[in-house]
Amino acid sequence: MANASDNTLLAVNNLTVSFGPSRAVDGISFSVASGETLGLVGESGCGKSTTALALMGLLQGGSTGGSAKLLGTELVGRSEEDLSRDRGLKLGMIFQDPGTALHPMIRVGDQLIEALRAHLKLGKAEARKRAVDLFRKVGIAAPEDRLRAYPHEMSGGMCQRVMIAMAIACNPKLLLADEPTTALDVTVQAQILSLLKDVAREGGMGVILITHDLGVVAGMTDRVAVMYAGEIVETAPTEQLFANPQHPYTQGLLNSIPQLETGHDAPMPVIPGSVQSAAQAKGCRFAPRCPFAEKGCEVRPTLKPVASDHFVACWRVQ
Amino acid sequence: MTPLVEAQGVSRHYPAPGGRTLKALDGVDLVIEKGATVGLVGESGSGKSTLGRTLVGLQTPTLGRVIFDGVDTASPTAEQLKMLRRQRQIVFQDPSGALNPRMTVGDTIIEHLRVQGWSRADARSQAAAAFDQCGLHSGLFTRYPHEISGGQRQRAVIARAISTDPAFIVADEPVSALDVSTRAQIMNLLRDIQKARGLTMLFISHDLSVVAHMCRQVAVMYLGRIVEMAPREALFRAPLHPYTAALMSAIPIPDPVREKTRSRAALKGETPDPANIPAGCRFSSRCPRASDLCKRQEPVLTSRETGHEVACHYPLEAAAIPA
Repeated sequence: MANASDNTLLAVNNLTVSFGPSRAVDGISFSVASGETLGLVGESGCGKSTTALALMGLLQGGSTGGSAKLLGTELVGRSEEDLSRDRGLKLGMIFQDPGTALHPMIRVGDQLIEALRAHLKLGKAEARKRAVDLFRKVGIAAPEDRLRAYPHEMSGGMCQRVMIAMAIACNPKLLLADEPTTALDVTVQAQILSLLKDVAREGGMGVILITHDLGVVAGMTDRVAVMYAGEIVETAPTEQLFANPQHPYTQGLLNSIPQLETGHDAPMPVIPGSVQSAAQAKGCRFAPRCPFAEKGCEVRPTLKPVASDHFVACWRVQ
Repeated sequence: MTPLVEAQGVSRHYPAPGGRTLKALDGVDLVIEKGATVGLVGESGSGKSTLGRTLVGLQTPTLGRVIFDGVDTASPTAEQLKMLRRQRQIVFQDPSGALNPRMTVGDTIIEHLRVQGWSRADARSQAAAAFDQCGLHSGLFTRYPHEISGGQRQRAVIARAISTDPAFIVADEPVSALDVSTRAQIMNLLRDIQKARGLTMLFISHDLSVVAHMCRQVAVMYLGRIVEMAPREALFRAPLHPYTAALMSAIPIPDPVREKTRSRAALKGETPDPANIPAGCRFSSRCPRASDLCKRQEPVLTSRETGHEVACHYPLEAAAIPA
């Protein structure tokens, strides 16, 4: 799957994250090209946020293994000093809850200016000018005034715009967006998603968009990786994945989304049971919930190609 | 059909800083027929939870009346009060917050019944029956909330709500905190219970697609008022209020081909502060169709066709709906 084309931005190889005996992320591999948006989908506890935190070097207490190379530079196992230089400069991150990701007692402008000065070694006046430009770029009206606001004086949507301004302040190569619109109302979500799309396109950034919402994935991403219990179980170009899902978990997920127009009176198709903890499972982790599970599933399947750029970890399709 | 729950001009106001008044609910009229499931949609701050809480009596209206089964809930007799408490129940969004972490889920349900006057033995059998109907294995009865999964916790909260044999349940975002695969299970459970018991239900959600699956009638709220109300099919086929249309077009569709090509009726800005509601039509500050009239005069909810009511001076034509 690591199709090492020339414009590969991030190449993740066999990444693992363990907390004690349990593996939250269990040997995943994927790549992101410049200008490409990869969707990382899955339910709570599947390891999608842990993956992002591991790439950012922000994990607390876990131990990380494997490799993740950003433009050839290894991210796993680097010193905190090295990491904090690159965080923000090469890697930007947007968190789910902008209310807690911003410092509540520092004016949003000062938070942004601090980041600009630290990374780009700008003077005070220059950083301020840049901050105003960034606020304007992310669609904040009256940017000079809003720089002086505290986070609690802004709405959730506005705070998320500030977060995006901070994340793109230094023109990072790669943007990690972890559930960036989950805490927002649907009309505000539409605004923020379209902003994210614009800034990524303009900056030619690679984006990893982490979300549980397959509707968001459909509109935003070029390629999707579906995670289940710490593993990637299927990855494909977005249109291919929605048109022709192969893994029973992907199929179950797609079927269990309520649709606005159809099937109102029929019961919703469900995936029985709930996610097992990653530590317990032997063999295929989805097997206890899988309608097609059989004896062979006691051996763990690995990702195998089923079509061009489409990989599935399931014995049934291999 | 006879109405079970009626809100008549219900308002709920709170004092806000600076001598202002926060109008969480601002004149809501709503009739819910016996056995119906009505969906209530809207964004944060629209007042949908406040309305739900007011209808089950967790909050008293500042103005207006709530009538339940012919009884004015503001001045019930002792006997009526007992009935009102048993007959009206609520399911909350976050099942972890709704269960006592220091009690087993079984004891939580038993306590709920004991407070309503059931004997110890009756409470136990009644709780066990509700547990069973919610698809929970009896072995989970003696577990603590942290020992069971999120979906099981929400089942336990639903079991508690149905244990008193209520006629009316408010389900306030019951699936919003759940994962996709669990969400479908809980939606099916609520629908089965509603059918089996002939329950009347108010289903509150910010997610129109979830509401479409659960309810035949849908009310849309904006800043403390119902702005549109219609049978599900009519509403989703041809919404009349520009806010409903914008809400629908903002929902991401899980289909990359359609999602990447559709045009959006994007709304500008965010919902205004409920302590500072715009003059005239409360949606006028964000409405693409607003005129001078809209800024002066608040439209009232009027019937446009059978069962389809809208509060708008310039309702949409069916042809003008963005796909």
